[in-house]
Amino acid sequence: MDFTSFLIIVAQGLAVIVVLMSLCSYVVLAERKVSAWIQGRVGPNRTTLPVVGAIPVIGPMLTRLGVFQPAADGLKFLFKEDVTPGHVNRPYYMLAPALALVPALLTVAVVPFGQYVTETGEVITLVLADVDIGILFVLAVSSLGVYGIVLAGWASNSKYPFLGGVRASAQMISYELAMGLSLLPVFMWANAPGSDAALNLGAVVHTQQGLWFAIWQPLSAFIFLVALFAETNRLPFDMSEAETELVGGFHTEYSSFKFGLFFVAEYAHIIIGSAVFVVLFLGGWHPLPGLPLHVEGLLGALLSIGIFLAKVFVLVFVFIWVRWTLPRFRYDQVMHIGWKILLPLAVANLVFYALLIALIDSIG
Amino acid sequence: MAIVVQRKPLTWLEKTYLPQILGGMKITLKNMFRPKVTLEYPEERPVIPDNYRGVPTLVKDPNGREKCVSCQLCEFVCPPKAIRIWPGEIPEDAETAHVEKAPEEFEIDMLRCIYCGLCQEVCPEEAIFLQDIFSVTGYTRDEFKYRKEKLYELGGTLPDKHFKWDKKKEAAARGNAH
Repeated sequence: MDFTSFLIIVAQGLAVIVVLMSLCSYVVLAERKVSAWIQGRVGPNRTTLPVVGAIPVIGPMLTRLGVFQPAADGLKFLFKEDVTPGHVNRPYYMLAPALALVPALLTVAVVPFGQYVTETGEVITLVLADVDIGILFVLAVSSLGVYGIVLAGWASNSKYPFLGGVRASAQMISYELAMGLSLLPVFMWANAPGSDAALNLGAVVHTQQGLWFAIWQPLSAFIFLVALFAETNRLPFDMSEAETELVGGFHTEYSSFKFGLFFVAEYAHIIIGSAVFVVLFLGGWHPLPGLPLHVEGLLGALLSIGIFLAKVFVLVFVFIWVRWTLPRFRYDQVMHIGWKILLPLAVANLVFYALLIALIDSIG
Repeated sequence: MAIVVQRKPLTWLEKTYLPQILGGMKITLKNMFRPKVTLEYPEERPVIPDNYRGVPTLVKDPNGREKCVSCQLCEFVCPPKAIRIWPGEIPEDAETAHVEKAPEEFEIDMLRCIYCGLCQEVCPEEAIFLQDIFSVTGYTRDEFKYRKEKLYELGGTLPDKHFKWDKKKEAAARGNAH
C-alpha cells in the first residue's frame, strides 16, 4: 500500500468518526428535547452563540431549537473538575472510559452507509472496511463495549458501581445469545443459492431490494430490537445505570471528561445499533420495500446516505421515545425475559426459518 | 366489610406486555404535541393575584400626595423589626400642611422582611401595600435596604376611596374641624 492510499483511508476514517461524534452530541440534544416535549416542557432553548445567534429570525429559531446546546454540554464536560476518588484502582479507572468508547467507534468501520452506482451500472457499497465477516465483527466488537462498563464498576471500588458492572455483564451474556440467534435466519435468507453474501452487511442490504427483512422476518427483527435495547443499556433495560437503585451505576465515581466519554459511548452505541438494525432489517438505503434505490453518480450516493441516515434517526427517535415511556424492568424480570422468553423464541424462530428455507429449496 | 376485588386473569396478549407498551407509546406521542406547560420566566410572567403579598411599598394618592403620615404603627407592629421611620414635619407653606407629618426617611430592610403584611393591615392611612413584586435581588446588603425614594417608586399610585385629608381640609374651611 502506498502512502497516498493510506492517507485516503485515514481521511475517510476520520470523516466517518467526526460525523459519528457530532451525531452523538446531537442525539444527546434530541434526547433532552424529546424528553422535554413528552413531559410537556420546552427543553434547552437558551444557549446561543455570539455571531450566529444574532442573525435575525434564523438565530433565535436555532437557539429555541437548542442547536447550540451540545457545544455548551461538551465544554461543560471538558472544564468541570475531574475528581478521582482516593479508593479507586487508578490504571483501570483511567482505562475504563476509553474502553467503553473505542468499541463503539470501531464497529462503525464495517457498517455500510450508502452506495455509489458507477456509469457502467456497477454498485459500490460505501463502507470503511468491506469485510466478509461484517456482522460477526459488529457482534464481537460491540459486546466488548461492556468491558468498559464492567471495568468501570470494578475499578471504582465502591458498591454501587460494582453492582452496576455485575449487572451489565450478566445482562450482556443473556441478551447476546438471543441477539446472535435472531440474526441467523436473516443471513440464511441472504445466502440463498447463487448469492455470495456471506456475512457481509452491504450484501444484506442488496438482498433487501424487494421486501425488507423486517417484513419477511418480523420476529427476528423484534428479538434483535429488544436485545439491542439491552445491549445499549437503554431503558427499560438500563440495569447497569439504574439511577433510582444504584445512584449512577457504573459511572457513579466518574466526573468531568471521563463521565463525558461514557455518555458519548452510550449514544454512539445507540447510533451504531440503529444503523445495524437499519442495515439488517429496514432495507438500508432503499427508500421503500420493493422500491430499490438506483441513482447513478454522486447524487445517488448522497441520496443513499441521506435515506440511510433518515432511517437511523427515526430508529434513534424510537429509542428515546421508548425510554421516556417505559419504566425500568426489575432485575429478575430482565433475566427472565432474556433467558426464558427471548432465547427460546429466537431458537424457535431459527428452526422455523430453517425449515421454511429447506422447504422452499426442495420445491424450487 | 372487606371487599374482595375480582381480578381478571391476564389474557395471553396482555401477558406479552406488547399492547400495553404500544399503548403507552401512543400516550407519550400524544403528549409530545400537546401545548407546553412551561412558563418561560423572564419573558413570560405568572399572573399575580390581587391579594398577593409581595414586597411592601409606599403609595401616593391620585393627587400625588404621599399618604404616609409617619405614625410609626407599622414600625411598631413589624415582627422582625424590618421597618425604620424617621418622622418629619410638612413645611407650613405646603398645600398639605394640615397633614402635619410625613416621613423624612423610611427604610425597609428586605433581608429582614417576612412578607407578613401586618404593616399593610395596621396602616390607618392605607399608605403601605404589599404589591405584586416577588423578585428581590442585589449584590450587597446595602442594596436590600429599600429607602423612601425606592419604596415610592415601587409603590406608584393607587386609587383612593376616601380622600380623607381633602375632606378634613374642606371641613376645616367650613369651620368644622372634625
